[in-house]
Amino acid sequence: MNYLNIIKNGIIKDNPTFVLMLGMCPTLATTTSALNGLSMGLATMTVLLCTNVVISCIKNITPDKVRIPVFIVVIAAFVTLLQMAIKAYLPDIDKALGLFIPLIVVNCIILGRAEAFAAKNTPLASLVDGVGIGLGFTLGLTLLGIVREILGSGSIFGWTFIPEHYNILLFVLAPGAFITLGYLIAIVNKLKK
Amino acid sequence: MKKLESSLLNMVLVLTGVAVLMGMVLAYMNHLTTDPIAQQKEKALNEGIKAVMASSDIEVTATDTLRQTDAKGKEQTYIIYQNKKGAAVESTTLGFGGPLKVLVGFDAQGTILGYTILEHQETPGLGAKADQWFKQGQNGCIVGMNPKDSLFVKKDGGQVDAITASTITSRAFLLAVNNAYKAYMNERKEDKQ
Repeated sequence: MNYLNIIKNGIIKDNPTFVLMLGMCPTLATTTSALNGLSMGLATMTVLLCTNVVISCIKNITPDKVRIPVFIVVIAAFVTLLQMAIKAYLPDIDKALGLFIPLIVVNCIILGRAEAFAAKNTPLASLVDGVGIGLGFTLGLTLLGIVREILGSGSIFGWTFIPEHYNILLFVLAPGAFITLGYLIAIVNKLKK
Repeated sequence: MKKLESSLLNMVLVLTGVAVLMGMVLAYMNHLTTDPIAQQKEKALNEGIKAVMASSDIEVTATDTLRQTDAKGKEQTYIIYQNKKGAAVESTTLGFGGPLKVLVGFDAQGTILGYTILEHQETPGLGAKADQWFKQGQNGCIVGMNPKDSLFVKKDGGQVDAITASTITSRAFLLAVNNAYKAYMNERKEDKQ
């Protein structure tokens, strides 16, 4: 198995946001600004790395019929660990994203990768897969956040360059998320051909 | 290694084992982060008091806890941090996503000196903007106002601009400020008697 290929697959061929269409709930909800999208992507990636490795390690001692509950327990534990760590050491991120961190538990990317990849491959390959998919997700969220922040708030990573008068509020709200996502998916599909 | 069979005993053992192990890891992490989280909260409160009193040289001379019923008939707890300029009052209301905890600074006449949001669960990019929106020089500036006749958003016939697309958060925020003012005034009345 070629590790570089796994990473490339995660970012391009199996990009969770633009191709697999997984984890749409955090994708649409947290990308109101570029920084929010980036932080959410990195938080999800951290959890994904840990769960992929652990699940890959315990795949042989997990009976098939209880694998989903076991995976969910592992995922929930890591998300809670991350939440406590963020609360204790990164209070600013906690203020911005506090509400969405616990929702990583039900993010289908994590369970999806556990089922589709970690449960069948070695821990090292699973780690690499976590990096690829995590980067793909982070990239997707950041891109979405950048576009919505430019159009909706006239700024990029908090740096304002368009006067408030010209901002389109729609792009900060939910409909803007759907519209932006639709166009980005179309563009990515076109580029891939 | 061959995959473990899905017999009842195996399933019960593995699921229980994983749950207990993850529980222990979480308990340990909780133990590790309790102190830093408490410290962060205390630091945020101390810095908040200085910020809302618009002075870096503030010492809390007395702390009072007051319970009173607000306009909606709900009993809330208010914590009043007295100092030489006036008082910083901690007040909680129900926001859009959950409890909204605000710290408001008043001078001796009850004029607002500043505010900060201690805890919130508002939507990132929308209601979460409340931490800047009502500050000096921003659209919904409340600094310098005196909530003697209660502050309301313009939609409700008041004098404050609500956060764009977040009227519920704005209403909750102003209610918290009004309640804080009433709590401070009631407390001063008691002191004089």
